[in-house]
Amino acid sequence: MTAGVAERLPRLLTLVPYLLARPGIAVAEAAADFGVAEAQLRRDLELLWMCGLPGYGPGDLVDLSFEGDTVTVTFDAGMRRPLRLSGDEAATLAVALRALADAPGVVDADAVQRALAKIEDAAGRVGVEAAEPVMGEGVAVGLGRAPGGAEDAVRRGVETGRALRLTYYSASRDAVGRRVVDPMRLLLVDASVYLEAWCRRAEGVRLFRLDRVDDAEVLDEPSAPPPGARGREGSGEDLLRPDDGAHVAALVLRPAARWVAEYYPVEGLHADADGSARLTMRYGDRDWMVRLLLGLGDAVEVLAPPDLVEARRARAREALAVYGEGS
Amino acid sequence: MTTSPSARAERLVNLVLCLLSTRQFLSAERIRATVPGYADVASDEAFFRMFERDKAELRELGVPLETGRSSMAEPVDGYRIARRDYELPDIDLAPDEATAVALAARLWDSPALAGAARTALQKLRAAGIAVDPDAASAVQPRLRATEPAFAPLLAASRAGRVVTFSHRSNPSAEARTRTVEPWGVVSWRGRWYLVGHDRDRDDVRCFRLSRIGDDVRATGPRGAVTPPPDVDLVALVAASAGPPPPTGLARIRLAPGRAEGLRRGARPDPGGDPDVVEIDLSRLDTAARWVAGHGPDAVVLEPPELRDAVVALLRGSLDRAPEAADAGSLR
Repeated sequence: MTAGVAERLPRLLTLVPYLLARPGIAVAEAAADFGVAEAQLRRDLELLWMCGLPGYGPGDLVDLSFEGDTVTVTFDAGMRRPLRLSGDEAATLAVALRALADAPGVVDADAVQRALAKIEDAAGRVGVEAAEPVMGEGVAVGLGRAPGGAEDAVRRGVETGRALRLTYYSASRDAVGRRVVDPMRLLLVDASVYLEAWCRRAEGVRLFRLDRVDDAEVLDEPSAPPPGARGREGSGEDLLRPDDGAHVAALVLRPAARWVAEYYPVEGLHADADGSARLTMRYGDRDWMVRLLLGLGDAVEVLAPPDLVEARRARAREALAVYGEGS
Repeated sequence: MTTSPSARAERLVNLVLCLLSTRQFLSAERIRATVPGYADVASDEAFFRMFERDKAELRELGVPLETGRSSMAEPVDGYRIARRDYELPDIDLAPDEATAVALAARLWDSPALAGAARTALQKLRAAGIAVDPDAASAVQPRLRATEPAFAPLLAASRAGRVVTFSHRSNPSAEARTRTVEPWGVVSWRGRWYLVGHDRDRDDVRCFRLSRIGDDVRATGPRGAVTPPPDVDLVALVAASAGPPPPTGLARIRLAPGRAEGLRRGARPDPGGDPDVVEIDLSRLDTAARWVAGHGPDAVVLEPPELRDAVVALLRGSLDRAPEAADAGSLR
């Protein structure tokens, strides 16, 4: 089993310098830092204890002293610093840093640029040609979002723990409104940055997309979400999942509307032989769903719920009457 | 004869320590006689096989294994590890820089990248830098890469190997096999693309990862593909995924206080009518979809082809929502 060695060897080579920098660290804490069970970390330490310099006498082997539940390196056998960053590791960090620098309002862009320069500098100083040359980073990120203009004020509110008065465009209600919120944290999910905050008007935790914040005013009063207010758990899609209690529509998408299933979270997709797809889709606001449906024309059929079918029909009829095309 | 994974890990750590501690190049025979774990191997052939695998393992990890001879008198090449190439150079990160790095390491929500980010962070921490993974918990970054094609395409791009895969040009199209020289995978506005030279069409192409099958195969040698110098992958995707340049103007009457989203992406009427806006037209169907969604709140004044497209969509909605589908007939 080489898979085990491939996972373990980097940890073994990193452990001694890590412990050298933290004399007397609790074994449990080190295990948590490396993301392994404490028993595994103890096995790693026992193995390192058997390793050392040619001669392999008592004075040549890595020496560790255990006191209570803590460990200290007393002889490092020459493993004083970690292995330099691999091409993959450096590229992974550099691309992520560039993405953060590109995300308006998330972190101090100046600090990101300075960190990026130092990481690239450290990774670039390679004396020997690597046996497996990395041709390029192989990955790039472009968020492609124009800043909304209020990012700095929002970030200040989050960092200093103050309430914010937002002027916010809500896409689901298709309207601009003002509200006071208690900031909790900033989320960068895929290409968009969100403020997660307690909305005093809605009396609930809400996500506000930063490029839709037209204006933000940092208030004097502290951010004070009620004790029970919880941020969203999970990652990616879970974070953006519509709120519980949302409505569910059963739809049939013709080929011309199949992009909807790629663009919005949908469930239970079943492809029919004629190229159309049956699925269900959650929505929080009926008016928003009606706008989506009207834009798709005959490429989408609503199977349920009936009130959505009715609302769509009424709006379409009203609009055709304005164009003088009423039936 | 096989050795346990634990014995192999121990042998590899000892090999690294031994080669770090020497200035002389050590021949394979010297290493065999010195490093614990090799001496028990009976045959020469078994030893060389084992040693080759160990060298490959270390190089895979990025250990800079040097080959050479300390003097002309040496009959064969030997090995050593130069400390200055092995060790992570001094990195002095200010607290706000360390926070940025910790956040960057948390960005990836993909096994292929999250693993490398985690080991990178462990190395920085082992160098004594206080990069707290929980720092700045007021910020939660996440970039998902869940498509099955992601990991193999990233690996092939980094190795410079040609790939073949099945691809649909749209979700309902038939899958076709593509042969591509990959330059990189790109996240653009939250969606992943492969950028590279399409050999069949002899041109630069961008492919949505969600439309690539799970049959990605790397073919040919490493290093066969070199992206053009200074190529801007993000710009290539932006140009291919974004809307084409505008070809005309549309004038739309908006109901007061309604269709706020449309208003935000539009310009005010040059004639000064507060209820009329102007938008750039690049793709008629996209504009029609957007306007039709607002129903009676957004009415096209011109051009006529946009008006007709919107009316067609509205008629289509009516056709798909016939009166007969009311509650009475469902009972």
